[in-house]
Amino acid sequence: MRLEYPPNVKIIRVPCTGKVDVMHMLRAIQKGADGVYCVGCLEGTCHYNEGNLRCRERVNHVRMLLEEVGLEGDRARMYNLSSGEGPTFAEYAKEMTAHIKELGPNPLKKMDT
Amino acid sequence: MIVAKRKPFEEIKNMLKDYKKVLNVGCGTCVAVCLAGGEKEVDVLTAELDMARKLDNNPVELGKTTVERQCDREYLEALDSMVEDYDALLSMACGAGIQFLAERYPDKPVFPAVDTSFIGVNQDVGWYEERCRSCSSCVLGMTGGICPVTMCAKGLYNGPCGGTNNGSCEIHQDQPCAWYMIYERLSKQGRLDSIMEVVPPQDWQNQTPRTVIQPGYKKPEKD
Repeated sequence: MRLEYPPNVKIIRVPCTGKVDVMHMLRAIQKGADGVYCVGCLEGTCHYNEGNLRCRERVNHVRMLLEEVGLEGDRARMYNLSSGEGPTFAEYAKEMTAHIKELGPNPLKKMDT
Repeated sequence: MIVAKRKPFEEIKNMLKDYKKVLNVGCGTCVAVCLAGGEKEVDVLTAELDMARKLDNNPVELGKTTVERQCDREYLEALDSMVEDYDALLSMACGAGIQFLAERYPDKPVFPAVDTSFIGVNQDVGWYEERCRSCSSCVLGMTGGICPVTMCAKGLYNGPCGGTNNGSCEIHQDQPCAWYMIYERLSKQGRLDSIMEVVPPQDWQNQTPRTVIQPGYKKPEKD
């Protein structure tokens, strides 16, 4: 399809979004990532029944934790699509990148020595 | 198991604001099972504190470790060599573990990261319900396995109060009446006799700290 999406998105592949843990997302932000988002299958279509629902819950938890420490909770987001939706994947990458640019860089980044 | 809930982050951050080197100590038993203070929760809280203190321009050096049980000297011993490097300790164990940690290191400020809540059961992952108040005089044999001390809002021993309302307690419609449940269960078992006897007032002197020495474990008396 030769789709383009912003090159600043670093993809980490997992077998199912149910594998993504709160600490994976939190550590990304802690280490200076400006944002983190999970792209899971559409709700109701998880091969493992509830992997993407668990991920959604964990993303919400991370959003709460980020607010607690004084960062924007919206630096973490959850998106859903089916595996056949390449264009939607690129669309979400663009949307997330634009959204994060609006929020600005992660303030923790400049504090790291 | 003992169930705890993590304290609000702001409260934890505030307790530690004057300390520059803090060791976060988790506990691998009850609070790990109830997802409040085990290894993973130690990781999350430590990461949160690290980020928050950096954002406040008051960075803190954080260490983290989880011992099998903080209510056991045998496991606390492993901390002896680490503790002296830190200004303060943060404990994610239950109240007993926190106190035992503070007792072992009396020169170090020790702070609680969780609110110890109750002795409860696991209804689902992350969902716990209170079942026992550890009153030290169990009446479950008489009450069909339903605890009136925990489940009855008034802790009554001799049947329901006037507030029982079609199976619900007067404090809330969703709160079942303990004595209604007790009656129903015993009635099905044909054991209603067991609650016919009047239970005398309880001796609540157990409100002071209690000690239990299991049979066969009493230390020989010293001369």
